[in-house]
Amino acid sequence: MSPELSGGQPATAGHAPDKLAGYALCLGDDALVMAQRLGEWIAASPQLEEDVALANIALDQLGQARSLLGYAGSLMQPVRTEDDLAYFRDERDFRNVQLVERSWGDRDFGIAMARMLVWSTYQLELYSRLTSSADETLAAVAAKAVKEVDYHRDHATMWVLRLGDGTEESHVRMQAGLDAEWPYVEELFDASYVDQQLLASGVAVDPSALRDAWNGRIEPVLAEATLTRPDLPPARTGGRRGIHTEQMGYLLAEMQHLARSHPGARW
Amino acid sequence: MTNRRDWPLWEVFVRARRGLSHVHAGSLHAPDAEMALRNARDLYTRRQEGVSLWVVPAAAITASSPDEKDSFFDPAADKIYRHPTFYDIPEGVEHL
Repeated sequence: MSPELSGGQPATAGHAPDKLAGYALCLGDDALVMAQRLGEWIAASPQLEEDVALANIALDQLGQARSLLGYAGSLMQPVRTEDDLAYFRDERDFRNVQLVERSWGDRDFGIAMARMLVWSTYQLELYSRLTSSADETLAAVAAKAVKEVDYHRDHATMWVLRLGDGTEESHVRMQAGLDAEWPYVEELFDASYVDQQLLASGVAVDPSALRDAWNGRIEPVLAEATLTRPDLPPARTGGRRGIHTEQMGYLLAEMQHLARSHPGARW
Repeated sequence: MTNRRDWPLWEVFVRARRGLSHVHAGSLHAPDAEMALRNARDLYTRRQEGVSLWVVPAAAITASSPDEKDSFFDPAADKIYRHPTFYDIPEGVEHL
């Protein structure tokens, strides 16, 4: 069990552990699925150095997922482990946003950097507020994660600036990447899945309140990168309710097949 | 960025902790200095190896030639009076 899980009592103990578990599950699934997708870049990115950078970022996301899923599972009845939650749930039980589950197109680096920019900027705003959560465990997980995602944002920003304001072709492809991801941004700010009581007691962060801060960070990057903020309608999503895209099934098949073929196997 | 093979080579120097000097750790490719610094962070400090990083364009380094090794380095071999071995080192001095 990681250090952040060994301390603190859930702030909502006694009245809504299942709600708290549900909230941690959403955040944990986001990080887990982002990590799994990012792993596809290892040995496939434009340069060896970038393989390592993206692998580091994927492992940071996986670390966050482990803490969050471990915590969520500890609040469930019966208790479930992080592996139970990662490997033995089916698609409809996953609560991640659709942004993180979709494929990288034709392994498109522009899509990858656009997604990482919008995602890590969102996570940065989310986690920096979650550090003052009334729930000690969530606050501790967030305090560790906030530095990690700030670096992810920096990495994505560096590439978006260089590709957006690079050659004619890199500009076109970076804009196309941004356009591909943009319809899935709206789901990040959907507050309907967060329990009102968790918000009122200061345990959870209201995602809809992150929008202005998110815009405040994204817009200067797009401007400097000479990219146009896409004017596209939001996609029909529903990840928080277990509604996923076609590509989610393939991702889970790859992620889960080993654990399911050899249940209980250990290194 | 034209061909990625055109990315220049950078030499990476890592300072392990305060009080020590930066030590050459290796090299990497990157399109520019900012990216080189980030690649260095990811390649050479991911196991807490450092508290400070330098990246230097490999092309900016003027190196001694192996052909000059004899005239460059061998003459120092018998000048033992250049070593501060005739002094007592105070206890507790770690990095002299």
